[in-house]
Amino acid sequence: MKKIDLTNMKKTTKDHLVTYGMVLVVYVIVQIMLASGSLSSLMQGLLVPLTIYSVVAVGLNLCVGYLGELSLGHAGFMCVGAFSSAFFTKCMEHTGMNESVRFLLAIVIGTLVAALFGFLIGIPVLRLRGDYLAIVTLAFGEIIKNVMNVLYVGRDGSGFHFSIKDSASLNMAEDGEMIINGAKGITGTPHQSTFTIGVILILVSLFVVFNLVNSRSGRAIMAIRDNRIAAESVGINITKFKLLGFTISAAIAGAGGVLYAHNLSTLTALPANFGYNMSIMILVFVVLGGMGSFRGSIISAVLLTMLPEVLRGLSDYRMLIYAVVLIAMMLFNWAPKAIEWRERHSIRDRLRNRKTKEVR
Amino acid sequence: MTFLTHLINGISLGSIYAIIALGYTMVYGIAKMLNFAHGDVIMIGCYAVFMSMSSLALPPAVSVVLAIVVCTVLGIVIEKVAYKPLRKASPLAVLITAIGVSYLLQNIALLLFGADSKSFQSIVAFPPLKLAGGNLIIPSVTIVTVILCIVIVAALLTFIKKTKAGQAMLAVSEDKEAAQLMGVNVNGTISLTFAIGSGLAAVAGVLLCSAYPTLTPYTGSMPGIKAFTAAVFGGIGSIWGAFVGGILLGVIEILGRAYISSQLSDAIVFAVLILVLLVKPTGIFGKPIHEKV
Repeated sequence: MKKIDLTNMKKTTKDHLVTYGMVLVVYVIVQIMLASGSLSSLMQGLLVPLTIYSVVAVGLNLCVGYLGELSLGHAGFMCVGAFSSAFFTKCMEHTGMNESVRFLLAIVIGTLVAALFGFLIGIPVLRLRGDYLAIVTLAFGEIIKNVMNVLYVGRDGSGFHFSIKDSASLNMAEDGEMIINGAKGITGTPHQSTFTIGVILILVSLFVVFNLVNSRSGRAIMAIRDNRIAAESVGINITKFKLLGFTISAAIAGAGGVLYAHNLSTLTALPANFGYNMSIMILVFVVLGGMGSFRGSIISAVLLTMLPEVLRGLSDYRMLIYAVVLIAMMLFNWAPKAIEWRERHSIRDRLRNRKTKEVR
Repeated sequence: MTFLTHLINGISLGSIYAIIALGYTMVYGIAKMLNFAHGDVIMIGCYAVFMSMSSLALPPAVSVVLAIVVCTVLGIVIEKVAYKPLRKASPLAVLITAIGVSYLLQNIALLLFGADSKSFQSIVAFPPLKLAGGNLIIPSVTIVTVILCIVIVAALLTFIKKTKAGQAMLAVSEDKEAAQLMGVNVNGTISLTFAIGSGLAAVAGVLLCSAYPTLTPYTGSMPGIKAFTAAVFGGIGSIWGAFVGGILLGVIEILGRAYISSQLSDAIVFAVLILVLLVKPTGIFGKPIHEKV
């Protein structure tokens, strides 16, 4: 009995180790390239965004691939994580706290606040199904972005002031300091996100999702995805496990948001960065990388983020090419006819056939 | 009087949403897919009218007909090239492909027409209606929009009820295989649905740009999302649902902007949507989902 368990364990563990290893190898290669100066400044600027999108894609993959629920609102969780952590960093800026400790705390806070939002939003949302769930997550994401655009928070000697009208109605004292300035967002957040921290966050989120997926809870979540009614009839608490998956997924997206906030000096909630377009972009990473494959999510997040930048020489045409490549890849991957064609012309099969012939 | 003005503006905006939502809902009903590119078909329709009026100097009526033809052809081509090969694939794959098509249309428009916003000239050129001694002014665009919306809904309902092609649509949306066995041309019916939906998108686009006259390659995407919300709100797949959902959404948006907060109007719209879906999980006119074990 024990032996069978071990071999089973080994297979998944090996798979996970390959994923961790892949991230580490890329990290080392990038470090070598950085040290030898063979990385263009454009690519260096891309390093942190690559880790951000990878982290969020891993989080969304948990929701789409394992929970089986299509979320179009993960940019909202990123937004929550970004703003709560940047708010914390700004508040602590003049207290003389150690910068690394402060950033670590900011990551924890951003993640926790995003998890809280994921939990609160998950309670009503997870009652819905399919496209209705998708549109409600999109709605929540848009609400979060919209509210962030009208939120004003300032601080003076007597404490914090809140308003959703304008900065004048905060009634701050003369020495008051604006922290969140409505549509202008948070300015002056220190640049603390580095490639190293991004990679560490990828590894941590991979560790979390791998352990979740292979645990009892993870199997319950997958049972719900495969057949909700059957799962319910064997006594699985649907609400509890769906909420668990959704909350963790939101928390990981929040961690990505923290990196995002600390990579820019001005943090604003624009449609381009925290609107549904961002949620959709992350979803494209997840679906193209393969639902349920965290390694695939990271690979496609990296490749698809780099594609428009690599094509920059073609300036005007780059997004056009991106769109065409996306459509072509989806057709090639998913169209029944293309799948049939690939099976007929599979290189792996041909090699195998040749080998069997040789044996004969 | 101001309330009445806001209400009328809301109904006008809602009628535009309703016309767009009809396209979403028909395509969803028949192909069970969210056509994310629908909003961008609207934008292409706007550019078609704009270009034919400014560059070719065609009269407005001819330009609109031209735009409808362009969008109809575009809708059919998109369906044939991008969606048809994926008909038996997972719904998510189709969704991502639709997103790809949406990016593609936006970037084609960006290349052809540039990123700068064009100011669109209203194609409805007769004077506004003045009521109650000049206190209540209803712009002519509003009147045309609302009447057109009602005509379109009535025409669609009659088309589906009375014609063979309409009945074929109903049959395909209920059960594709069974419809095929009964001799319905499934591929033709799906193409027809896309053609009608895209043609309606052109009409909606012209009305939208006549009421809100700035035109950029991204003009279609937010109204597209709102109209999709309207379709879900009313119960996706139902024509009445799209109509009622669209009008309600428009009214809520304008009233929310006027009386609660101008910046939070989108948030209010989405909050109402969430509340409705929590009470009625399949929208106002949606059929309850029955699951078999």
